[in-house]
Order: sequence, then C-alpha cells, then structure tokens
Amino acid sequence: MSESVVDPEEVRHVADLARVDLDDDEVERFTEQFADILSYFETLDEVPEVERESELANVMRPDETHECLSQAEALQNAPESEDGHFKGPKVS
Amino acid sequence: MTTDYNAYVTTERIEGEDDGPLAGKTVAVKDNISTAGVQTTCGSAMLSGYVPPYDATVVERLKSAGATIPGKTNMDEFGMGTTTETSAYGPTENPAAPGHVPGGSSGGSAAVVAAGDADMALGTDTGGSIRCPAAFCGVVGIKPTYGLVSRYGLVAYANSLEQIGPIAPSVEEAAELLEVIAGPDEHDATTRDNDGATEGLADAADGDVDGLSIGVPTELVEGADEAVVETFWDAIDDLESQGASYHEVDLPSVEHAVEAYYVIAMSEASSNLARFDGVRYGQSGGYEGNWNESFADAREEGFGEEVKRRVLLGTYALSAGYHDKYYKKAQDARAWVKQDFDEALDEADVLASPTMPVPPMEMGESLDDPLTMYLADANTTPVNLANLPAISVPAGETGEGLPVGLQLVGPAFGEKQLIRAGSALA
Repeated sequence: MSESVVDPEEVRHVADLARVDLDDDEVERFTEQFADILSYFETLDEVPEVERESELANVMRPDETHECLSQAEALQNAPESEDGHFKGPKVS
Repeated sequence: MTTDYNAYVTTERIEGEDDGPLAGKTVAVKDNISTAGVQTTCGSAMLSGYVPPYDATVVERLKSAGATIPGKTNMDEFGMGTTTETSAYGPTENPAAPGHVPGGSSGGSAAVVAAGDADMALGTDTGGSIRCPAAFCGVVGIKPTYGLVSRYGLVAYANSLEQIGPIAPSVEEAAELLEVIAGPDEHDATTRDNDGATEGLADAADGDVDGLSIGVPTELVEGADEAVVETFWDAIDDLESQGASYHEVDLPSVEHAVEAYYVIAMSEASSNLARFDGVRYGQSGGYEGNWNESFADAREEGFGEEVKRRVLLGTYALSAGYHDKYYKKAQDARAWVKQDFDEALDEADVLASPTMPVPPMEMGESLDDPLTMYLADANTTPVNLANLPAISVPAGETGEGLPVGLQLVGPAFGEKQLIRAGSALA
C-alpha cells in the first residue's frame, strides 16, 4: 500500500513524459487521487500467473497501392500549413 | 433537431440511399465515429471543428442501408466516463429519469433513442459504454464480440477492448442495426468472418427461451444495490416462466476485472492519444518555444481533466519500473477472466447479471471521486476483457422509477443466442 504513495514531483514527471502541462491545482488533486487509484490497482498482485492461450495468429497481406486522400484533404484540419506541408513548432 | 437534454453535439443531417433495410429510419451516431464532411469531436475541445475527410466503415454501411443520420451524439470525452458528464459540450440529461445521468460514455446515443428523437443509434463500448447508458435509459444495447464490427474510422481510445454496437428501443431493432454494420472489413484486420455470425441476426429475435440455460455469476449480483438486485431477479423469474432455467456460477477472476480493465484501457489511451499534438488536427499549442512545450500546451488546453487523468495513469503504468507491476499483471488478469467466462459458458448458454450495480446517479454526483465512478463498471468491464458479446435489456424499474438493465453475456460470436434470449424480455 505505502509503496504507491505518489508525490507532486512524480505527478509532474509523468505529466512531462505524457506532454501534458498541469496547473498547480491539478497537480494537487491528481497527487491525492493517484494514491487512491494506484493502491487499488495494486490488488492485481493477488492475480495468479495464468497460462495464456496462444491461438493468436498474425493476419498478413502483401502491400497494395490504393487511392488515398489528396494533399488538400490531408491538410484541411491542420491549424496551419505552408507550401503543402503541416506546420509544426521548432524541434529543438 | 436539437434536444433539451443536450444529447447532440452536432445536428447536421446525413442522408442515406433511398432503399435498403434501414430506409426511412434515423440512426444517430456517437461523436467518436468519423463522418465525412461532418464535425466529429469525441466530446473533446481538442477536436472542436475537426471535420473528417472520410467515413467510418459503419457509417458507409448505414448510408448504403438507407438510414438517415440525424446528428452526432454527445459522449464522455474520448469515451472516458460512465455518466456523459466529462463531455466538453456539457452533460446530457437522462430523458427516462430527469435529473439523473444517462450513463456513459454513449449517453447521447441512448438518450435520443429513449426520448424517441432517433429510431436507433450507434454507440461504442470499451468497458460498458453501450450497455451502461442502455440500462440507465431503459433501452437495448449490444456490445458485439471483438472482431464482429469494423472499427475503421472510430477514433481510438483502447483498441484491444472497444467495439461499435447498436442501441435501440427493442432487441429486434438492435439486431437489425447490428446486422447492417457487422461483418469483415479490409480496413480493419481484427474483423473476422465467423461462419454466418453476421447473418439472420434480426430473425433470431423470436423470444424463444424454452430450455435456455442461464448461469448467474454470484460475484456480479452480490455487491449490487438492493433495488437493482430485486428487479434483476424479477426478470430472471420472467425468463423462467417462459421455459428457461438458471443456476449460480462462480467467476472468482471478476473481482480483479475493474483494475485490470483500467490499467489496460489507460495504457492504451496514453499511447493512442499521443497523436493529439495540435499539428495535423486539433487545437494548436502555438509556435513559440520548442515542440515539447508547444505540444504540452495544446494538450493542457485541449484535454479535460478525466482524459488527463487517464493519459497520466496510463503513462505511469507503462513507465520503466512499473510495467511488470501493473500492465503485465493486468494482462494476466485478462487471461484469467477469459478462462473463467469460457468455463462458465461451457455449462450455460448465457450468463446473466444486472448491467450496472447501481441505478442512474444524480447529475453532478460522481465527478469528484473518479475511483467510485470506475467501480460502477464492475459488471461490464469483464466482458470487454474476455472479448465476448453482451446485451443489456430493460429489466424493469426501481421503486423510485429508475430504469434497471439486465445483462446477458454469450460465447464469442454467439450474438444470435443473446438476441433470442433478450427478445423474451424486450
């Protein structure tokens, strides 16, 4: 139980990994709620190891060329585009 | 046509072909299913104004079957909720129980059917999101076997769990709609052609339960609200009087289904929702600063609190050092649940339980306590973990007039069995 005590720093770290900014109120609420939820998830420790059925098979097919969206259609929902490209923020 | 219970996000009509099995019928579509040229928001501010350039396979099939789509229905944001209160477009009210939630996440779809504003509707069910609102609004909902219905064009929340399915006033109408949307699709490699599982579904609604063997998992009845349990047993009595028999069964694994479900669903969600970076679609995070900051801004603005909560918990469950503790154990639990159901269904034709352990909550009651809301999914989530089909049919009402649903679970691709049994009640 005490293993999963979550502190605000950990919430901020996970939010950083997930690329979600949080305000201070959210950090505070999530810290409290995550402690409850994660300690509940820990009851999974009681689950025995189970032999998984291995009847799954990959479904494969050769690649084929089909009609696809036009460039204009692909760009129509982009907040900004330039010269037929999506416009994104700086990568560094 | 808008509704005074806020069931639609968008009310643009989409006309289908002139002829077909659904000609003259209106079928409302949940707002996480893509409609070419018509806004599809997933109940999220992130996708406000997003207009898909293509139709989901199920939408193409509705149109060829002659259906008219009257609008896109309100839902919990990205399907994450049990009450349709996490929508960025405001909550939907339950027309069958004013002042109460319609259930979720397909609350808008169940509400328009319950109010008679649409003949039928499509919902999606990841952990109960068709069956819960069907039960709370007093209508019928079917969660198909994983692989019966194409997910192409469904905005993904948790791919390994979710299916699109019908909501309708009667089992027969739900079966008619299922028959139209079911069947293999080259755009979804998880769809399967399973020996006639998609044919004759509507004809199966003959209400013949003579000789039907019903298993009742005690774990799914014991913890439920008293009024719900009473209504449930009345419905079982009704089935018995029509020739069915019941016996109790044990499903020890289901005690761990909710936590296994949430770990898996949140993990898949954290990966699926990584696509919302505000560049190709969605709310832009601007062009100042570096890309990580810009994406984090877009996601802070665009996502509501429940979505952030699940994305973060999923990220946590998959992160280094925690993967084996949460995700791997959840997969073990999933395999165990599947085994339990398979064994119970060797001894019974269908398994019956209350769909929801509680009657519809009052609006605003459950938002502050996420864990309590998750626990309300105790009876529905095991079915998604086991990839099985299930139907929720109206079982009656509590003393206070709140609708109660009966859930029947069948073997994989055993939809006809469920339709036959369910049609004895509705």
